[in-house]
Amino acid sequence: MDETLSQLLETIAAAKPGVIVASKIAYGELTVTVPGAEIVGLVTLLRDDPRFGFVSLIDVCGVDYPEREKRFDVVYHLLSPTRNARIRLKVETDEFTPVPSITGVLEGADWFEREAYDLYGILFTGHPDLRRLLTDYGFEGHPLRKDFPLTGYVEVRYDDEQKRVVYEPVRLNQEFRDFDFLSPWEGTDYVLPGDEKAKSEPKAN
Amino acid sequence: MAEAQVRSFNINFGPQHPAAHGVLRLVVELDGEVVERVDPHIGLLHRGTEKLIEQKTYLQAVPYFDRLDYVAPMNQEHAFALAVEKLVGIEVPKRAQLIRVLYSEIGRLLSHLLNVTTYVMDIGALTPPLWGFEEREKLMIFYERVSGSRMHAAYFRPGGVHQDMPQALVDDVGAFCDPFLKQLDDLDRLVSENRIVKQRMADIGVITLEQAWRWGFSGTLVRSAGAAWDLRRAQPYECYSELEFDIPIAHHGDCYDRYLVRMEEMRQSVRIMRQCVERLSSAAGRGPIASTDGKVVPPKRGEMKRSMEALIHHFKLYTEGYRVPEGEVYAAVEAPKGEFGVYLVSDGTNKPYRCKIRAPGFAHLQSMDFLCRGHMLADVSAILGSLDIVFGEVDR
Repeated sequence: MDETLSQLLETIAAAKPGVIVASKIAYGELTVTVPGAEIVGLVTLLRDDPRFGFVSLIDVCGVDYPEREKRFDVVYHLLSPTRNARIRLKVETDEFTPVPSITGVLEGADWFEREAYDLYGILFTGHPDLRRLLTDYGFEGHPLRKDFPLTGYVEVRYDDEQKRVVYEPVRLNQEFRDFDFLSPWEGTDYVLPGDEKAKSEPKAN
Repeated sequence: MAEAQVRSFNINFGPQHPAAHGVLRLVVELDGEVVERVDPHIGLLHRGTEKLIEQKTYLQAVPYFDRLDYVAPMNQEHAFALAVEKLVGIEVPKRAQLIRVLYSEIGRLLSHLLNVTTYVMDIGALTPPLWGFEEREKLMIFYERVSGSRMHAAYFRPGGVHQDMPQALVDDVGAFCDPFLKQLDDLDRLVSENRIVKQRMADIGVITLEQAWRWGFSGTLVRSAGAAWDLRRAQPYECYSELEFDIPIAHHGDCYDRYLVRMEEMRQSVRIMRQCVERLSSAAGRGPIASTDGKVVPPKRGEMKRSMEALIHHFKLYTEGYRVPEGEVYAAVEAPKGEFGVYLVSDGTNKPYRCKIRAPGFAHLQSMDFLCRGHMLADVSAILGSLDIVFGEVDR
């Protein structure tokens, strides 16, 4: 399996010299990182060239790495039914740099790119209709970013007096509990409620 | 005669519409009765599953998958379990594989039964759902008997399955197969050659194979367009490579072919179930139902009460969970609706860094505009039904 993948990688590198920024074969899967400007050309080549035959779009999604300078990865998964192979393409970007849309090559990318825009705020150029998709009408923010709180900012309820749904800031009846059990042996790195005195000097009695 | 004033209509189909199969809002632009444009508005059932999974340990993430495509819950868990197993690198024992395959096929029956029968109801026939749901009820009882829950099973866990299957249950599943095939034949006789059904389905929503691939179609939708593509065959997981089954295909790529493919797939699923039952009852099918790696799979309760090591493992696994090595994988299963995939990124801690759920219904629903353009308004619900949409997985 790994051998055919490395052959595939070599063929791509020969067909598009100088495009591949990084590549990796791990867990029997091929990952190729390319610059954003090259993605449309590469996907077109992978689709049209009979040596590849990646005609099926599986998935486009974003991944957020806030500590990186270019914080987002746009990850494309393609499938070649004739070769029975999968490939993963990656493009790095940030909040402001748009990525060319591949909807012109593989129409199925339409909603996947809208979803990435909605949930991460990744911008795509050449997309026919880049609107929000999954979140509420008039939603603000990009909920799958790592700096977006799990509880969100607003909550909705039906107001019986106004006879309509109203938006209000989130009010938690109980403080948000984060069960940080990365290691129960070593304990948490924050003070548990009620344990404030545990670390202080033992009382002399 | 002066040119008549042409006025196009905009109508809202849903979000509360019995033929919308959930909370779908379709904004349909009509010219008379001809559809000019369809704009599906989704997200009314968006629960932020992917965000929630990032906050939970790998084991705690399993139940979220039941709630995606709630018509065939275990098939979704399966994809997640495969992804985690790929990253951690654990082997699933034979018996667990057989149980997984058996219940995946039960899930396929559940899903196809619901789709086929309610689809026929959308276009006017009332009897099929009554017949189909009786069989679904029996299948859900099999779910309940193995996991304790009719729908939200949380049964396929990374490393294996949660509980062993009693032999009485295996026998009952075996006894279900033959009467079910007869029911299926009855359904076939009632629906497949029906004149109205054919008029409503044949040559409606046609898609060619090339278009189907490009739109991200998978599963029954590419098979009805002529590709003999099935992940169970093409990229076999579990013990599908040892089992005998055929892949039904059709060539027109219309609604009627999608219906026919689903009907035949149910027969093939029963065939797989029979083989699983036979193997589970034989000596080769005995053994552990989950990996014996105590660092990933929690011990049984009885063992935990007696062994100190098992107690430690139990405590560790239910508080911290297990740490998954850094890396990224994509694992996919042939879910009833198409290719259901999980793209899992791990940063080496006990929680997934990113878990992208690739739901087949999402890719299928976006083609509504493409498929419906130029059809009549009444065909919209016929096309929608043939795509087999469940909003749990489309909206996530």
